[in-house]
Amino acid sequence: MTELEVNGQRRSVSAGPDTPLLYVLRNDLGLVGSRFGCGNGQCGACFVIVEGKAVPSCDTPLWSVAGKKITTVEGLAKGGELHPVQKALLAEQAAQCGYCISGIAVAAAAFLADNQNPSEQQVREALDRNLCRCGAHNRVVRAVLRAAEEMQA
Amino acid sequence: MKNPRIRFERDRTVWIASGKVELGQGINTALAQIAAEELDVAFERVRIVPPSTAHSPDEGYTSGSMSIQEGGKGIREACVQARAALLAHAAELLGAPLGELAVDDGTITAKNGSSVTYWECAAEAGEAPPAGAGVKPSGPAKVVGKSAPRIDLPAKVAGKPAYVQDMTLPGMLFARIVRPSRPFSKLLSLPELGSKEVNLVRDGSFVGVLAEREELAIAAAAKLRAKAVWKETPVPEDFHAWLRENVTQRSVLKEIQGEKKGVKALRASYSKPFIAHASIGPSCAIARLKDGKLEVWTHSQGIFGLRHELSIVLGLPLESITVNHAEGSGCYGHNGADDVALDAALLARAANGRPVKLQWTREDEFAWEPYGPAMALDLEAQLDASGNIVAWKHELWSNGHTNRPGRSPKPALIAARHLEKPFEFSPAIDPALPPEGAGRNAIPLYDFPDLQVVKHYVRETPRRASSLRALGAYGNVFAIESFMDELATVAGAEPIEFRLRHLKDPRGRAVLESLRKAWSSWSKAENQGHGVGFARYKNIGAYCAVLAEVEAGEVLRVKRLVVAADVGLAINPDGVANQLEGGAIQATSWTLKEEGRVGATSWEDYPILRFSEVPAVEVNLVKSDSPSLGAGEAAQGPTAAAIANALHDALGVRVRNLPLTPERIVRAME
Repeated sequence: MTELEVNGQRRSVSAGPDTPLLYVLRNDLGLVGSRFGCGNGQCGACFVIVEGKAVPSCDTPLWSVAGKKITTVEGLAKGGELHPVQKALLAEQAAQCGYCISGIAVAAAAFLADNQNPSEQQVREALDRNLCRCGAHNRVVRAVLRAAEEMQA
Repeated sequence: MKNPRIRFERDRTVWIASGKVELGQGINTALAQIAAEELDVAFERVRIVPPSTAHSPDEGYTSGSMSIQEGGKGIREACVQARAALLAHAAELLGAPLGELAVDDGTITAKNGSSVTYWECAAEAGEAPPAGAGVKPSGPAKVVGKSAPRIDLPAKVAGKPAYVQDMTLPGMLFARIVRPSRPFSKLLSLPELGSKEVNLVRDGSFVGVLAEREELAIAAAAKLRAKAVWKETPVPEDFHAWLRENVTQRSVLKEIQGEKKGVKALRASYSKPFIAHASIGPSCAIARLKDGKLEVWTHSQGIFGLRHELSIVLGLPLESITVNHAEGSGCYGHNGADDVALDAALLARAANGRPVKLQWTREDEFAWEPYGPAMALDLEAQLDASGNIVAWKHELWSNGHTNRPGRSPKPALIAARHLEKPFEFSPAIDPALPPEGAGRNAIPLYDFPDLQVVKHYVRETPRRASSLRALGAYGNVFAIESFMDELATVAGAEPIEFRLRHLKDPRGRAVLESLRKAWSSWSKAENQGHGVGFARYKNIGAYCAVLAEVEAGEVLRVKRLVVAADVGLAINPDGVANQLEGGAIQATSWTLKEEGRVGATSWEDYPILRFSEVPAVEVNLVKSDSPSLGAGEAAQGPTAAAIANALHDALGVRVRNLPLTPERIVRAME
């Protein structure tokens, strides 16, 4: 059994230690908001926050996160209220298919936690590890800047 | 009231059965707006039933930017009829004349103040309204034409289950398939699996694995793939030369005999490569075969066509198969959604009635999704002494642009040709003109006194190919609009002016003219350029003109795009803007970076545009009350040409072969 702390809750799972975290989240813990995209950390659809950093869960073996604090897209909301980034993504209607959007929300939340007042260019660079195929990029960038403003207010 | 397309539920919602499917384009939101408008209920009450062959109308494929035109019309008619039937029944219940009833958010009120709701009278209302009854008075639209928020986004942004990938059924097994990353004819040898936890399924050269846990299926498939030996089929190195040498059929799409009295002639050859859909989420399907009945969940664009083909391949009667649409990652045409459904169904045969979830890997998707076909194009024109085009010839070489299931007597699904008893290969074909496939937008919208448009169809294909967003229009418009600029340069004319000289269509002219301000306010700097591209999608769809501003440094960078479009009445203006902007950004990615080489398996092999490379995009809709036209594919060709023309403006070099990579630009400069 491996002990995890996911979205503030202690969970123990029986998956093998080399199992990528993504499948543990999706299949064992029912947290399907982290999506499978590539399986080798190249697209960002499966990003989760581990100890403050956005990492690809498809490429993270279970053993390496034992006992660490993991936040998934489902854990971004606090007290039933969406994270400012999620609210801003909705306000800007910043998605088309939405498949990449939970990974982007996670990456942006981790980025904004360390960068309170980012420039547009910094936001773009911070999201370069996240691929979007529908072309919602500019709306996403506007949403992240909007969230940054709202988090300062 | 029994209307197969409309259901009133106790919680005061209205459920609408749509034959068109949500592909990430926001169609459910726009269709809900149409239903809310026609029924006079609040937009928030409308729900769209996930389409299924079990209960949905067969509206063919969700493709070709036709969902608002076709799906919207069907829903509009059903809602108008339902509203009339409900009103007729309410008139009886309330004892009031029909003409004196008012409807607000599903509540029908008579002049004396008595009222009844749709939900109260739906069960008893007749099926069809009495003749001439309850025609809705015309008035300003309340819901249609306004930017409603997407109904599906809140769940997706919160990370709730939203896609077929997220579905779980009781007792479900996890599956992977084992295919090489290159075209093959036969599986020659397969290693032993040596695992009791994983079930190997093989039928001829079709191989898959089933396991209780997903990671076990992944590991087993990887192990098999590493050691399996396949008889690969050869792939030509130069696709475009190969196309020219393997023509199956030549056809003249349009011919106008003129005088050909030009004083200057110009010729140029263009090309576009195979382009991947490259959706972020690889294809996925769930299948369950129990008691002779097959049920499938997938993100197909055509659940009825898929059912037809599953029936042929699996030897099951149509009535024993249900295909349900479940959303997938963004769909830009015929991707792996149908193939993965057959794969899952084949694996389900070995699952003793348990449901099987098959997730294609990124490698499977890049290797086996049907790419948008490569095209070669030759253009030729003559200018008269005043610099006007007096003759135009357009020749193209291409595979067919549709290989969708259900359109040919032979199955087009991949696994069908790999079975122990294989089905014959079904080649990609083209629909008739319009909209055509390879020949889509090959006929220019301009008015030329002498014109010849010729298509060379190539039946055999070196790799799987089918419909990708805009089909042949991307290559044809890139070539036509690049060539227009080449001619304008020779004629000494300014690009927008030169196009207007040859274009009578008033809506097309208005869209082009709307770019004039952005064109003239731009100021030239070193290595920077601007260019335009224009087309009316399919020559019968949306008008779109794009202006691109670029900077040519070590790489070609698109800094800004201005997209002007006339889509008729925009049901959801923000949805239209989102589709046009997304289309323009995707086309920028195709145009700058993308070339589908056989053997590509990862995002490293097939890079796409990233956040820091995406241009600023401004979308301007020309106001129109004409019938609505689909917007999703209109920007693809114009964007490509605008970028190539801007590159020429920046550096003085003409790159005629896509994509516009640094290597090609340098070669053109030498």
